[in-house]
Amino acid sequence: MCTVCGCGSALEDSDRTQKRDAQAHDHAGHGHHHHHGHAHGHEHSHDHHHHNRHDHHRHGVESHGADSIHYGAGLAGVHAPGLSQERIVKIERDILSKNDAYARENRHRLAANGNFALNFVSSPGSGKTSLLVRAIGDLKPRREIVVIEGDQQTSNDAERIRASGARALQINTGKGCHLDAHMVGHAIDRLAPERNALLFIENVGNLVCPSAFDLGEAHKVVVLSVTEGEDKPLKYPDMFAAADLMLLNKADLLPHLDFNVGACIAAALTVNPDLQMLVVSARTGEGMQAFYAWIEARAARLAVAE
Amino acid sequence: MHEMSLMEALVDLAEEEASKAEAQRVSVLRVAVGALSHVDPHALRFCFDAVVRGSICEGAALDLIDVPGAGWCLDCGGEVALTERFGACPECGRHRVQMTRGDDFRLVELEVA
Repeated sequence: MCTVCGCGSALEDSDRTQKRDAQAHDHAGHGHHHHHGHAHGHEHSHDHHHHNRHDHHRHGVESHGADSIHYGAGLAGVHAPGLSQERIVKIERDILSKNDAYARENRHRLAANGNFALNFVSSPGSGKTSLLVRAIGDLKPRREIVVIEGDQQTSNDAERIRASGARALQINTGKGCHLDAHMVGHAIDRLAPERNALLFIENVGNLVCPSAFDLGEAHKVVVLSVTEGEDKPLKYPDMFAAADLMLLNKADLLPHLDFNVGACIAAALTVNPDLQMLVVSARTGEGMQAFYAWIEARAARLAVAE
Repeated sequence: MHEMSLMEALVDLAEEEASKAEAQRVSVLRVAVGALSHVDPHALRFCFDAVVRGSICEGAALDLIDVPGAGWCLDCGGEVALTERFGACPECGRHRVQMTRGDDFRLVELEVA
């Protein structure tokens, strides 16, 4: 369990359980690929060799219809250690290398299909979903948009997105405090974005954990609302350092608040001198045209680079 | 942050490497943790026992190697020590410092049997 924000990753639990389960099979001398005590009957191998599509499945992942994935359950694993001589195995591997490998694969798939992906991160309540709903309404006539929604529980956000006219898939992370690249790979499988569609990924509302997990997006967009403190970039620097764009949302409330926009921009530039910033209001639409222009410019640059 | 899932990723990696090395048991996990990394060593230790339970690493020791932080200060034109990820240069007090060392979170080696 995360000792900071009080959550753990059910997904990783289920992943390890799967592997341990597989080990237990090996030890028992079974060579076949099946698992017991498990509600759905996917056949799978634990060698994760990928081609263009994700064909792997996890234990403890419940499907609730076609529009959501829930990472909640898991099985207890067993392992019977033996004994032999002590030795040292040199490894030197980055601990997030596995996530990064999935992220690379996602990035490759998205690029091959002409999809420009943005990973929206913020604290809870900054207005990410409202911002996406506004953007979808405005951009829909120009581009196909699909959305991956990450929350610990409920599919409320995906429903709000669908009501705005975009296809959306809800990922419930269960205990997890962030989306990881493997979850997003599955979600891309399920959503199968149209060619050249925009992909918006709304991460779990959390200004800490999602910063370390590359999902394969083109850019992280950090949303900060003016009802929060202007020193937030200094308090949570990792997220602002990882992002390429900051949207300062709820600008329509500025006349009623003591929020100092200049101080906020200065704080953000302290942790990330390359960060671009736009002042917007998802409610009134102020500044949103600048955001759409940024999307178009970045998507075009990426398409040229490919 | 999320030390639980980082620890799970670490144990995953250790299990994978131990199985490649055909080990039966892991007795020590040696991990480099940078002073400027996302990782809090105390929180890592806190969840280690819970995460390794039932894995090939159960009963293993967690040996954390501290990697000090450093950065290149553009104004001073030299490497300076850093204690905070986005800290100011200790020489000139300005923020034009590029982190050069101390972002590690790396499984260095395993002692296996």
